[in-house]
Amino acid sequence: MNGRSLNILGLVLVSVTGLAFMLLTPQLAELDTVLDLTVYMIMAVLALSLALIWGFGGILCFGQSAFFGLGAYTYAIAMFNIGESTLPFLLAIILPAAFAALLGYFMFYGRISDVYLGVITLTVTLILFNSVNSTAGPEFHIGTARLGGFNGIPGIPPLNWPFNKTAAIDLEGMFYLATGSLLATYFGLRLLLASQFGRIIVGIRENERRAELLGYDPRAYKLATFTIGGALAGFAGCLFANWGNFVSPTIFGLAQSAQIIIWVIVGGRGTLIGPVIGCIGIQWLSAALGANQPSGGSDLWSKIFANAPLILGVILIAFVLLVPKGLVPTLGDIGLSLVRRRRAREQRGFEPQQAE
Amino acid sequence: MSMHRRTFLTGTAAAIAAGALSYPALAEDPIGVASIHDLSGGLDIYGKPMVDALTLAIEEANAAGGLLGRQLKLINYDTQSNMQLYTQFAQQAALKDKVAVVHGGITSASREVIRPVLDRFKTLYFYNTQYEGGVCDRNQFDTGVTPAQTVEKLVPYAMKKWGKKVYVVAADYNYGQITSQWVKKYVLENGGEVPSIDFFPLDVTNFGPTISKIQAAKPDFVWSALVGGAHISFYRQWAAAGMRASIPMASTTFAVGNEHIVLSPEECNGMLICYNYFQDLKNPVNEAFVASFHKRFGADYPNITELAMGTYQGFRLWAEAVKKAGSVDRMKVIEALETGISIDAPSGKVTIDPPTHHCVLDVHIAEVSDKKLKVLQDFAQQKPADTAAVCDLIKNPTDNQQYVIKI
Amino acid sequence: MDLVALLAIQVLYAVASLALISVGLAIIFGMMRVINLAHGEFLMLGGYAAIVATSHGISIWVAMLVVAPIVVGLIGIIVERAIIRFLYGRMIDTMLATWGLSLFLVGLTTAIFGNTTVGISAPLGSIQIGAYRTSAYTLFVIAIAIAVLGAIFAVMRWTRLGLIARGTMQNADMAAALGVNPPRVYAVTFGVGAALSGLAGAVLAPVSGVFPTIGVAYVAKSFITVIGGGAAILSGTVSASALFGTINQIATFVTTPVFGEVALLAAAIVLIRLLPQGITGRFFRRGL
Repeated sequence: MNGRSLNILGLVLVSVTGLAFMLLTPQLAELDTVLDLTVYMIMAVLALSLALIWGFGGILCFGQSAFFGLGAYTYAIAMFNIGESTLPFLLAIILPAAFAALLGYFMFYGRISDVYLGVITLTVTLILFNSVNSTAGPEFHIGTARLGGFNGIPGIPPLNWPFNKTAAIDLEGMFYLATGSLLATYFGLRLLLASQFGRIIVGIRENERRAELLGYDPRAYKLATFTIGGALAGFAGCLFANWGNFVSPTIFGLAQSAQIIIWVIVGGRGTLIGPVIGCIGIQWLSAALGANQPSGGSDLWSKIFANAPLILGVILIAFVLLVPKGLVPTLGDIGLSLVRRRRAREQRGFEPQQAE
Repeated sequence: MSMHRRTFLTGTAAAIAAGALSYPALAEDPIGVASIHDLSGGLDIYGKPMVDALTLAIEEANAAGGLLGRQLKLINYDTQSNMQLYTQFAQQAALKDKVAVVHGGITSASREVIRPVLDRFKTLYFYNTQYEGGVCDRNQFDTGVTPAQTVEKLVPYAMKKWGKKVYVVAADYNYGQITSQWVKKYVLENGGEVPSIDFFPLDVTNFGPTISKIQAAKPDFVWSALVGGAHISFYRQWAAAGMRASIPMASTTFAVGNEHIVLSPEECNGMLICYNYFQDLKNPVNEAFVASFHKRFGADYPNITELAMGTYQGFRLWAEAVKKAGSVDRMKVIEALETGISIDAPSGKVTIDPPTHHCVLDVHIAEVSDKKLKVLQDFAQQKPADTAAVCDLIKNPTDNQQYVIKI
Repeated sequence: MDLVALLAIQVLYAVASLALISVGLAIIFGMMRVINLAHGEFLMLGGYAAIVATSHGISIWVAMLVVAPIVVGLIGIIVERAIIRFLYGRMIDTMLATWGLSLFLVGLTTAIFGNTTVGISAPLGSIQIGAYRTSAYTLFVIAIAIAVLGAIFAVMRWTRLGLIARGTMQNADMAAALGVNPPRVYAVTFGVGAALSGLAGAVLAPVSGVFPTIGVAYVAKSFITVIGGGAAILSGTVSASALFGTINQIATFVTTPVFGEVALLAAAIVLIRLLPQGITGRFFRRGL
C-alpha cells in the first residue's frame, strides 16, 4: 500500500463515516447530544477555514475570528432588518469574504509576511472586539438591530428554507445542515487542493521565491486563499449565530482566535481531517471539564483538575513539544512506517527503498 | 478527589436511569438542581461565592430531610467565562440532567443566552444577580435588586450628605448604561446636576485622563457603576491621585466582587453603597446563616457577597414553592411562586412579586470602613418599581422579552 | 495651562508604562527571535511576587524592585530550559508553546491564589499641579522606565556581556565559532527578559491591580509595540512606545478610552504596512 491508495482509503473512510454519522446520530442520540454535536460541526467548518489558509496556504492568521464574528454579526443584523434568511445568509458569506479580500490586498500587496501577518490579523480582530464592545448605548444600531455592545445580540431568528419565511429550520434540521456543511466544506477543499490552484498554493507555501520565478504571482494566490478562508469562516459564523440564536463581541476576542489555532496545531497542519478532529476533541474536552464540577471543594488538586485553562495549556505545550506535527500526520507517519517495515521484512531489502 | 468521583458516578447513574429507562421520576431519585456559573476566567470573582451559597443551601435542605422526601443533587457547571458553554450547559441541564430548576447566569449577556434555551426546553430558571431590570418572562424569576430598588435610595442620601453635582463613571455595557440613566434621573429629580457620564469598556485599566477630566469638572461626588477586575484600578488611581479626601464616591456596584477587600482601607473608606444584603446585618436569621456558612467554608472566607445571598435566597424561594406545590413540576412550582411566596431570609423578608417575577425585599445603605461594610440605614420592603412599569405577567402570561424601560 | 502640564505627565506616563511592559518582550524577541506569548503572565507573576513579599513584611520597594525581578527571572530560566530551548528556529511553535504556558500560568495562579487577592496600594501620595492633583507614583513609574532603559543601554554598550549579547544577536553561528556558548546566552537572555517583565508587573501592580487574567490586558499591547518597533531593542521599544503611547493617551483624553485603544491599534496597522520591518527597520538602524 502506498501513500496514494492510503489517501483514497482515507477519503472513502471519511465519506462513509461522515454520512453514517449525519444520518444516524439524530435517530440514536439524545437531543442534547445532537445539539452539542451541531456546534462542534459548525466550529469544525471554522477550523477548516484556518486549515486551508494556514495549513496549506502558509498564511499565519491570528485573527480568523474576525471573519467568523463578522459572519455572525452580519447574519444577525441583516436578519433583524430583513426577516427572511436567504439574503442574510448570503451576506454573511460575502461580507467577510470582501473584508478578507480587502485586508489581504493590503497585506499581501504590501509584501508583509509571516509574523507581521500574525500581528496585523490579531490587531484587526482586537479592533473589531474593542469597537463592537463599546456599542452598548441605544445610539448604536443598524436599521432595527441594536448592536448591544458587551451583551451582544440575543434572540437572533433562525434560518429558513430559501425564500420561504414560514419554514424555519428546526433543531434537528440545524444538525443536518451543520454536518452537511462540514462534509461539503471538507470535500470541497479536497477538490480545491487537488486542482492546479491547490498545488500552486502549496508550492508557494514551500518556497515562495521559487514559485514566483516559475511565473506564478504569490500575492494573487495568497489573496485568493485568504478570501476563500474568510468566506468559510463567515459561513461558520452565520451557522454559529443560528445555533445559539446569540452573538456577542467575545466572538472577536483573543481567546476565540487562539482556540482556532489550537485546533489546527493539535490536529495537524497540512491536513484537513486533523483540524476537524482537533476542533471536536478540544471542544468536547473543555465542555467535559466544565461539567461535573466538584462544588465547595477546596483542596488544591480538585481545584487544578477542575481548571479548564490549566489543562488546555498543558495539552498545548505537550503537543508543541512532543507531537509538533499534530495528531493526524504523526499517526499517519506511524502507520506508514509500520506498513513500510512490514513490507521491508517481506521483501528483505531486495529492492531499493523509494523515498516516498 | 474521592468525593468528586462519587458525585460523578452517581451523576452517571442518574443520567442512565433518567435517560435509558426514562421512567417517571422514582420517589428515591434525587431532585436535580443545576448551577451554571463562571468558576474560571475573568468572571469567577462573582461566580465562586454564588456556587458556594447554593452548595450550602442544598446541603442544608438535604440535612433537613430533602424536599418532598427526596434528596437534592447539585449539578455544577463551570462556563469558564465563555458564552458558548452557557448555551451548551443550559441544554445539557434541561435535556440530559432533566433538572427541576436552573440557577445561574451572571452577566445580563449570559442570562439572555440561557433564558431562551430554558424557555424552549421548559425548565424553570432563577437568575440571582442584581441587574438593570426589565426582564419579563413567566419561566424566569429574578432575585437580585434592580436600579429602582437601590439607586433611588442611595442618590438622595448621598446628595444630602455631599452636594448636588454628580459625575458618573460607568462600565460600558447594558447594565452600566441603564444604571447611569437611572442615576441621572434621580439626581435631576432631587434638584441636582450631572455634568458628564463616562463609559469604560470592561478591560480598561488606565484611568489617568478620566481622573483629570473629573477634576476639571469639580463635582461634589462621583457615582461609580464600574464593574469587574480591571475597573478596580480606577479606585486605586483615584486614591493615588489624592482625590479620595476631596471628592467622595457612591456606588451600587462596588463590593459585589469584594473590591473593598482587594483595595486597602485608605483607597476606599467612606464610600457609600446600597444593597439587599450585607454580611454584618444584625438579625438572628443572618447570624445563624453566617455561622453555618463559616463552618462550611472556613472562618477566613473573605465576604458573603450580595450575589451569593441572591443565589441562596433564590434557592430557598424555589424550595418553599416546591413544598407548597407538593411537586417539582415546572408549572405547579411557577403557580406556587406566583401566589407571592415569601421567606425569612438572612437579608430580611423576601417575597416574590407575582406580576414581575422579581422580589420585594429590604435594602440597606452602608459605608465601606476598614474592609468591612458598615450598615447605616435600612429601607424595608422595596418593590421592583422599574420592571413593574413595563411588565405584568398576570395580565400577559405569554410575555417574553427584556424591556428597555423608558426613563 | 495646568491641564496641559497634567496631560503632558499622562502622555509621558503612558509612554513609560508601554515601554516598561514591552522591554522584556523586546529583549527576548530581539535577541532570540522568540515571541513569548506568556509575556503577560510574566508581568502578572511579577505583581503576585510583589504582593506576596509585601504581605510577608518585606518593604514594598524591595518587593517591587528586587524580589519580583528575581522570582520571575528564575521562572523565566526554568521555562527556557524546560520548553523554549527545544524550539529554537521554530518561531510559530514557540508562540504556540508559550501561549499554552500562558493558559497554564493563569490556571495555576487561579488555583493557588483564588480570585480575591489583596492588592498593594501606591505609595508616595499625590502632588499638586496648579488646580489639579495627580499621583506622585506616576512620576516614579516614569523614572523607573528611564532607569531601566538607561541600564539596558549601559550594559549593551559598555560591558562584555553586552558585547556578547550583541554579537549573538547579529550572528549566532559566528559568535559560537568565537567561543561564546549560545545556549547559555539564550538562557541568560530569557531570564533577563523575564526579570524585566517581573519588574514591570510589580511596578504597575499598585496602579492596575493584580488578578490572574490581567496578562491579557498587557500582552497584545506589548506584542504590537515590539513588532512596531522592529528588531532593535532599545530604540525600537522607545520609538514605538512614544508613538503609540502618545496617540493612545491623546485620543483617550479627547474622546473615550475605546477610541484611544482603537487609535493605537489602527496606528500599529498603518505603521506595519508602511514599515514592514518596524520603525527600526527603516530608522535608527544602528541603534541598540
